[in-house]
Amino acid sequence: MARRARAFAVCAALSLLTACGDPGSAVDGPPPKAVGVEGAPAVLGAAGAGQGRTLAAVRARGYLVCGVQQGLIGFAYADNTGRWRGFDTDFCRATAAAIFGRADAARFVPTSSTERLTVLQAGEADVLWRNTSATFSRDAKFDFAGVNYYDGQAFMVRRALGVTHAAQLNGARVCIQTGSTSELNLTDYFRAHKLTYEPVVFDTEDKARAAYGREQCDVYTADLSNLAAARATLARPDDHLILPEVISKEPLGPVVRQGDDGWGNVVRWTLNAMILAEELGVTSANVDAQRQHADNPEIRRLLGAEPGYGAMIGLSDDFAYQLIKQVGNYGEVFDRNLGAATPLKIERGLNGLWSAQPAGLIYAPPMR
Amino acid sequence: MSACAFPSLPTRARRSWTAWAVGLAVALAALVLVAPALRWLFWDATWVGQSRAACGPAGACWAMITARAPQILLGFYPAGHGWRVGLAVAMLAVGLAPLAWRRRAGLTMLTAPVGALACLALMGGAGILPSVPSAYWGGLALNLIVGAVSAIFALPIGILLSLARRSTLPVIRILASAYVEAVRAAPLIVVLFAAAVLVPLLIPPQWSLDKLTRAIVAITFFEAAYMAEAVRGGLMAVPQGQREAARALGLKGWQVLVFVVLPQALRTATPALVNSFIGLLKDTSLIYVIGVLDITGVLRNAVSDYAWQGLEPEAYIFVGLTFWLLCFGLSRWSAALERRAARAQGAPS
Repeated sequence: MARRARAFAVCAALSLLTACGDPGSAVDGPPPKAVGVEGAPAVLGAAGAGQGRTLAAVRARGYLVCGVQQGLIGFAYADNTGRWRGFDTDFCRATAAAIFGRADAARFVPTSSTERLTVLQAGEADVLWRNTSATFSRDAKFDFAGVNYYDGQAFMVRRALGVTHAAQLNGARVCIQTGSTSELNLTDYFRAHKLTYEPVVFDTEDKARAAYGREQCDVYTADLSNLAAARATLARPDDHLILPEVISKEPLGPVVRQGDDGWGNVVRWTLNAMILAEELGVTSANVDAQRQHADNPEIRRLLGAEPGYGAMIGLSDDFAYQLIKQVGNYGEVFDRNLGAATPLKIERGLNGLWSAQPAGLIYAPPMR
Repeated sequence: MSACAFPSLPTRARRSWTAWAVGLAVALAALVLVAPALRWLFWDATWVGQSRAACGPAGACWAMITARAPQILLGFYPAGHGWRVGLAVAMLAVGLAPLAWRRRAGLTMLTAPVGALACLALMGGAGILPSVPSAYWGGLALNLIVGAVSAIFALPIGILLSLARRSTLPVIRILASAYVEAVRAAPLIVVLFAAAVLVPLLIPPQWSLDKLTRAIVAITFFEAAYMAEAVRGGLMAVPQGQREAARALGLKGWQVLVFVVLPQALRTATPALVNSFIGLLKDTSLIYVIGVLDITGVLRNAVSDYAWQGLEPEAYIFVGLTFWLLCFGLSRWSAALERRAARAQGAPS
């Protein structure tokens, strides 16, 4: 009887006996870099947290939890040692530096596009730094604490075609993912500009991208950041040109729960401080000198040389100094993760400062 | 029959000529097709390095796999705590140990769930060790633990469901049937989305489980429906005479079930159960859609690193190979079990 009873349990289970060896032996191998396990279990601020409750909960916990991408080139990915890197993760570290004075007091929860807002609502993350487009319907239920990357749909072509503007795309074959927002935007744009095109449709973005690589079409269209990533994976990235026209608005920014404006301020002014720092010429390299010697009153207020500003939003006066020192200003973070020095080679474009030439949309209210 | 249509040549001789020709053609084709693949996979491949730059242009870049082996196995489990994953898996193994003793195998039904719970508790901290939120669990260990824990809890639920479906009480029978049919009609991915997105909206936050736990519970109840059908098939295969003989010996109703009917039913159902477990193990990769980085997720993350950009083929080939090894191993194991069971049945008791 017992002998026979074995059969059923075996099937469910024995894979385990064989499988056990694998993870067990890995413990001996080089372990992943510490993400830290000290501190209490994550009991995060509950949904619809009241005024300032999230900041208090984060402080009590001792670390910040950010919802990030599961892996998106340039924006959020883990390196070989398990340390998260990227544009969005840098903003998360900056937020942690603003709160704790320590950029390493940040932890990352990978989230899929479907459940990212649920993760935030359920309190499994304090903030989403996860290239989420601000839209009317999302803003109705959550709060966007600014925009850290202006994305938008654009076109990529082979340089050999000699095309430099979207107006020259009449009659072009366009590789596109079917049923996507991009497809709708594409239709609208060509109709509005009285141009014709020949769609070459695929059910996934990967396939559309691969088809462009095989020259099955003349044009590949997707969001700018995706185009840059696609270009970086092509055999000869320099043979391809991203056209200057941006035909849709995808303002990506940090998301927080509604009902805790104090927490929204902390996130918003983390971003603003990074923008102001770039505007004022404060970098991670010169921030110490600026703090001591700068005469510009705005720099003095930003870096906490004039007391009382950080305290207004529940932070220490040197919150901006800490995040600039440890993470960098907006431009540094952009250049490090997305800019010309990286394989993505994304130009500042819309993400340039409002005061730059040509002007971009990155703008922060004054520190006063 | 059809061979008789060619009377001019003796059948055997002609067949051997054809066999030679086909064999030669296949061998040539294999050489032409497989040789470059093997060269790419092995001879020209690079095995060690810290980035794609270390890899040659001609072959596969397995350096990504070796450089990220800890992540691939354990996910982002904190440094110095990897032993807990190892110990957790060992606890599962201890829970399953009675399987190895012929006369005590039935105990597995009790010890395996204990082992599974201990395993989850250990990884989560159990209030003693520093807690590691499930966001840090990942890699192949996560696929195995999710698969095994779900299967361990799904089997008893599945047995109850299959018994309920054969119940003489119409209400129980109809409820169980409705559950099984409803669950089997839903794709797992939908069930996972529901667990990840809908459940938190219905349950107050303070009662909410974390999302990985929700996923494990969802997979358990999903898998239970499939196991129920496998077990039901086994139950139907037990001859009525067995029950009657057991009753004639004076066994009570539950004794008939536990000592006579279920053991035979489960033995018959083993191939079907293993089959559904193999399916489950592969399906654990779907937890990627709820933001958990299992082995597939970790590798997809790896190719978003500038250092390993564009190595999707290597990543997917490696994942495919890993799952193939696991599932092929399982199916060999199941075959061995069947042979042993057949011997046991054939032998005089």
